[in-house]
Amino acid sequence: MFRIVKKQRLTPTVTMMEIEAPLVAKKAQPGQFIILRVDKDGERIPLTIAGYNREEETVRIIFQVVGSTTEMLNKKEAGEFIEDFVGPLGVATDIGGLKKVCVVGGGVGCAIALPIAKELSASGAEVTSIIGFRSGENVILEEEFVKSSKKLVLMTDDGSYGQKGNVTAALKELLEAGKKFDRIIAIGPLVMMKFVVDAAKPYGVPVTVSMNPIMIDGTGMCGGCRLTLVRNGERITKFACVDGPDFNGYEVDFDEAMARSGFYKGFEKREREKNCRLLNAN
Amino acid sequence: MAIEPKKHEMPTQESAIRKKNFREVALGYTAEVARAEANRCLNCKNKPCISGCPVNIDIPEFIAQIKKGDYEAAYSVISESSSLPAVCGRVCPQESQCEKHCTLGIRFEPVAIGRLERFVADRHNEKSNNAPEKPNSNGTRVAIIGSGPAGLACAGDLAKRGYQVTIFEALHSAGGVLVYGIPEFRLPKSIVEKEIDTLKALGVEIKTDVVIGKTLTVDELFESGYKAVFIGSGAGLPKFMGIDGEGFNGVYSANEFLTRINLMKAYEPDSRTPIRCGKKVLVVGGGNVAMDAARCARRLGAKVTIVYRRTENELPARKEEIEHAKEEGVEFLFLTSPVEILGDESGNVCGMVCREMTLSEPDESGRARPIPLYESDFTIGADCVIMALGTSPNPLIRNTTDGLETKKWGGIIVDEETGLTSREGVYAGGDAVTGSATVILAMGAGKQAAAAINKKLMKNS
Repeated sequence: MFRIVKKQRLTPTVTMMEIEAPLVAKKAQPGQFIILRVDKDGERIPLTIAGYNREEETVRIIFQVVGSTTEMLNKKEAGEFIEDFVGPLGVATDIGGLKKVCVVGGGVGCAIALPIAKELSASGAEVTSIIGFRSGENVILEEEFVKSSKKLVLMTDDGSYGQKGNVTAALKELLEAGKKFDRIIAIGPLVMMKFVVDAAKPYGVPVTVSMNPIMIDGTGMCGGCRLTLVRNGERITKFACVDGPDFNGYEVDFDEAMARSGFYKGFEKREREKNCRLLNAN
Repeated sequence: MAIEPKKHEMPTQESAIRKKNFREVALGYTAEVARAEANRCLNCKNKPCISGCPVNIDIPEFIAQIKKGDYEAAYSVISESSSLPAVCGRVCPQESQCEKHCTLGIRFEPVAIGRLERFVADRHNEKSNNAPEKPNSNGTRVAIIGSGPAGLACAGDLAKRGYQVTIFEALHSAGGVLVYGIPEFRLPKSIVEKEIDTLKALGVEIKTDVVIGKTLTVDELFESGYKAVFIGSGAGLPKFMGIDGEGFNGVYSANEFLTRINLMKAYEPDSRTPIRCGKKVLVVGGGNVAMDAARCARRLGAKVTIVYRRTENELPARKEEIEHAKEEGVEFLFLTSPVEILGDESGNVCGMVCREMTLSEPDESGRARPIPLYESDFTIGADCVIMALGTSPNPLIRNTTDGLETKKWGGIIVDEETGLTSREGVYAGGDAVTGSATVILAMGAGKQAAAAINKKLMKNS
């Protein structure tokens, strides 16, 4: 059992929690993830680590309520416990030797982008952050990004806050204006990462993307998280849980990854409705 | 008295009924049938059955106790050599081990040793509520990585000798492949739980949610006071064929398909873990895992075909599983190998292109080598394909343990007698060493390592 030390609602659908998990907190690095179960009949879901405090032995997660498991998690309060919390899994984001980096975050993906931006700026790199949200009310972690970035561009789809447009448009503008980066690190919805890759391609900037596919064990046993990389025309199967979650954006077969991510959509929708009715009845 | 030429049948759930539920298929012998079957044993002089058993159970002796009706004594005989008799009586490939060597088998069917082992273990579990006595601790700590058959066997033997044993398990519940891999209808989870409870009563501590190689490393285990480490982390990454279309929705590894069903109980209507089994399922492979996946899919209501590139004679699965699968309506397509998986415009599986094969000279595994027939491709419709092709060792431990030597394909290199790896104090056994193999071999390796660890630590103290 793992105690929820702190809970904070960041937006109506996005919640931050700090979980007491000494062993995970000791090892966690930016880009890695954990797997949790809310209760003993629960589903195992992966969440990328949004921060950690080694002294207080806590790990921060930020999640959007999208399915029945995240909804149940969202009902838990500080002081309560969750059944399982295992990690840190996956390979940490490789930031070694980077001097000028553009960190692109989309929606709740910004939660994962932040620790990377922090680590980069602590290592002395010049960080440009582009973060995007649907609307002003969905904005999270703005202040923390300001602290960890030399330049921050905040985009909203409807223009209700920051600049109007998506992150790709902002990235293109910077690249067109002649801004140079050693690397772009993009974390967000698959379609966003795909377009970031397309935008960066003409300028030859390397792009790292963080994949978050469906998983069960997270240790390389089930193979559910596999994705295809295309390298020199050859298709290579990789497992996001042990080989990733970060991959070279130019190699990822995004169309396949998008199709795979939607495999259980029908089930998730039904479960969530069922869950809602249950919770409403209480 | 004339000898009964055939084994006594073990009653099973009717196939028409069982293909709709996940309850255990084989129902076990009654005491009466067990004694009658025990009486078939010739009690021959050279006891070839013992040498066929990977853990050398004194088979004629436990059968003699059944003849006498002293089932507890029979249990004690088995327990001397086996840590998990109720499990092994169910999942061991007896036809290629003990029963293969049975003298009676030269003229008739061999003695049903596996069924008798199962009877004795079940009888003990039903009748005896005595928790084993916790031995006096010798204060020496040993860490075991993985709670599958290798780890449980190693832990049990060490705990009985007074070691303070901690098992580290990556998943949320203990049992390894016995829990996530082998289905309920073949090995009820209550049996595994009972075996694990016995270990806990012996003082074994089980820490779930700890991934060695990530949460902690082998070096950190030594730093925190463990004097020896046994790696029984099992097989790892599922193999795929590398053919086109394996990324389509509806292509599962058998590991994922079975884990969703067995560990996460996705077949229960209120499970929160989904499974999309489809209506027409193709299972690629011919081992026990392929049979398990096929029979699970059948129980979820699908029409199921096993696609295997050799013939029925070469199927590596246990005979009983093949028979049960057939009775449940699983179909087989032999001498057939997949070439490509086909998908529709939304990325879902809609069929598989296959190629006919023929058998040629035996390969290095001693089995006839399948070779493709020219221009023989044909297409089968399917909405789900399950790849049951075995696994390759998990990289997490070898990548984080300096000096741990592995073979080119990733298996940990050990001394055959002791299970000792290239790192002092680190032992390994089971699928992490051999690649995909059986429960009993893993258990044997765990026991062997326990003996070696004991010998080493006794010398040091």
